[in-house]
Amino acid sequence: MLFRVADEFRIAAEPDMSVQALLEVRNLVLQYKTWEHLVTATWNVNFDVQGGDRFVLLGPSGCGKSSILKAVGGFLPPVSGSMKLDGRLITGPGPDRLMVFQEFEQLLPWKNVRENVMFPMRVTRRFPAREIGPRADEVIEKVGLGRFVDAFPHTLSGGMKMRVAIARALAMEPAILLMDEPFAALDALTRRKMQEELLSLWEQTAFTMLFVTHSIEEAILVGSRILVLSPHPGRVRAELDAHQFTLADIEAPGFSALQRRIHDMLFQKPAQER
Amino acid sequence: MARIVTVFTVRPEIDNVVDEVPANLDVQRKLSLFEKLVANAAARRIMLLVCLAVIWELYALHVDNPLLFPRFSETLVALWEALVHGPLLERMASSLRILLVGYAIGITLAGVLVTLAVSTAIGQDLLTSLTAMFNPLPAIALLPLAMLWFGLGQGSLVFVIVHSVLWAVALNALTGFTSVNETLRMSGQNYGLRGARYVMLILIPAALPSIISGLKIGWAFAWRTLIAAELVFGATSRSGGLGWFIYENRNQLETPSVFAGLFVVIIIGLLVESVIFRFIESRTVRRWGMQR
Repeated sequence: MLFRVADEFRIAAEPDMSVQALLEVRNLVLQYKTWEHLVTATWNVNFDVQGGDRFVLLGPSGCGKSSILKAVGGFLPPVSGSMKLDGRLITGPGPDRLMVFQEFEQLLPWKNVRENVMFPMRVTRRFPAREIGPRADEVIEKVGLGRFVDAFPHTLSGGMKMRVAIARALAMEPAILLMDEPFAALDALTRRKMQEELLSLWEQTAFTMLFVTHSIEEAILVGSRILVLSPHPGRVRAELDAHQFTLADIEAPGFSALQRRIHDMLFQKPAQER
Repeated sequence: MARIVTVFTVRPEIDNVVDEVPANLDVQRKLSLFEKLVANAAARRIMLLVCLAVIWELYALHVDNPLLFPRFSETLVALWEALVHGPLLERMASSLRILLVGYAIGITLAGVLVTLAVSTAIGQDLLTSLTAMFNPLPAIALLPLAMLWFGLGQGSLVFVIVHSVLWAVALNALTGFTSVNETLRMSGQNYGLRGARYVMLILIPAALPSIISGLKIGWAFAWRTLIAAELVFGATSRSGGLGWFIYENRNQLETPSVFAGLFVVIIIGLLVESVIFRFIESRTVRRWGMQR
C-alpha cells in the first residue's frame, strides 16, 4: 500500500523539474561557538526537499545533521548561504516548521495529552477555536492514544510520549515536519514499531518531513530520499533515492546492497587518500 | 600460563504454556482502612501530632510547674479563653494583615527583579549580586534602621518583612527560570511564542516547582520575622500583633497564654504550609509529575 502511494508520488513529482522545491537549501554554512572553539558544523550544503518527501539527513556524529535541522527550524542562524521555505527566506523559528525532538521532555508536563496537542493550535490561532478540540482528538486517535487523552506526560512511556509529540506536530499541519533523531532514545522494539507507524501516518496524510538519523537502516526504512553527509565539517557526500524500500524489504538484497553502499560512503576513505 | 577452558553445555530449550492464575489470587483488591490510613500522609501526620501532645501532657504532669511549663490541656484552655473572651483573634488579624501586605509587596518586587534578570544580562548580574549581599542579612538586623526611617508603626514591620521575603523568592524563581530545559524552551519558540506570552505559557509553569518552594521559604521567613519584630516592638509600641500578645502575657506571668500564643504561631504556619501550599502543590507540580 505504502509502496504504491510512494511510487505515485515520485512519478508525479520527478518528470517535472520546474516544480519549485518546498525547501531550498543553498550553500549553507553553519558555525557555532563552544567555550573554547569556533566549530564549523556544515560547509556549503545544498539540497532541495520536494513536497511529500521523507527527506533523511544521514551521517555519523559530528556531520552537522542536527545543526542543519536546527537551522531550518530557525534556531541557528546560518553564517552564509540561504534556506527558503516555499520561496520565503527562513529567519527564525515559526509554526510552519515544527520540530519533534529526541528528548521526551518536549511535552509540557503541566498539560495532559489532549491539551498538549491543542496547545500549539491554540497559541498560534491557526485554526478556529471550535475546530481545535476535534482536530486534536482525531490526530490522537490516529497515533493510537485515544485511551490516554486525559493522561499527563509523566505517566506515559517513552514511545507514547513520542507519539504525542508527533501527533502535536501533525495536528498543526506544518509545511514541513522536522524530526531530530526522534526514535534514538527508544528501545529497539519500540523504535521499529514507531518507524512502522510513522510510515503509515505518512501514507495517510503524505506530510513532508526532514528526518535526522545516524542509523543507516532507519534512513532507508523511513526515508524516500537520503542525504549522506561527511563529517567535520558536514558536506554533502551523496543524495540517494530510497523510496522503494519498506519494512517488508528489510531482508531483500536491494536493501542490504544500499545499506552496504551507504556504509562504504560513510566509513571508507576516498580512493586518493588511501 | 594456564589455559582457560570454557565448557559449554547445550541445554534443552524450554517452551511453557503460561500457568493459569489461581482463582483465589488477589490480582487487584481494595485496601483495608488501616492500609489506607498508613498510606495517607495527612493521617500519619495527625497521628504523630497526637502522640506529641500526649508526651507534652505527661511530661508537664511530671514536672508539675505551671509557671514554667504548663500542661497541654491548660494551654488549650488558655487558648480558648484568649480566643473567645480575650484579644487573640484581633492580634491574629493584625499580624496576618501586616504579614500579607509585606508578603505581597515582597513577591511583587521579586517578580520585577526576576523579570529584569531573565530578560537582560545586567538584570541577572544585579539580582545575583543583590541576593548574595542581602539574603544572608537577617531581617531583624535591619529593624533599628527601619524604625529610624519609618517610625514605630506598621511601616517598619512591612519593611523588614519585604526584606525577608524578597531575596528568597527572587533567588528561587531565578534558579527555576534558568533551569528550564532547552527542549521545552525550543518547543515554545517553535510555536512563535515570544516575550510575555512565552514567559507566561512556558517559563512560569516550567519553573513552578522552584517558584513554589521560593514562596514557601518566603512565607516562613516573613512569619518568623514578623513575630520577632513584634516582640521587639512590644516594649515600645502598641502595634498589637501575636508577638505583642506573647510579650504581654510573659510580663504578666501568664505562661499558659504565652504557650497559647506560640501555639497559634505554629498552627498558622502549619496550616499555611500543609493546607494552602500542599493544596497548590497537589493541584500543580505533583499532578504534573514535576515533583514527588
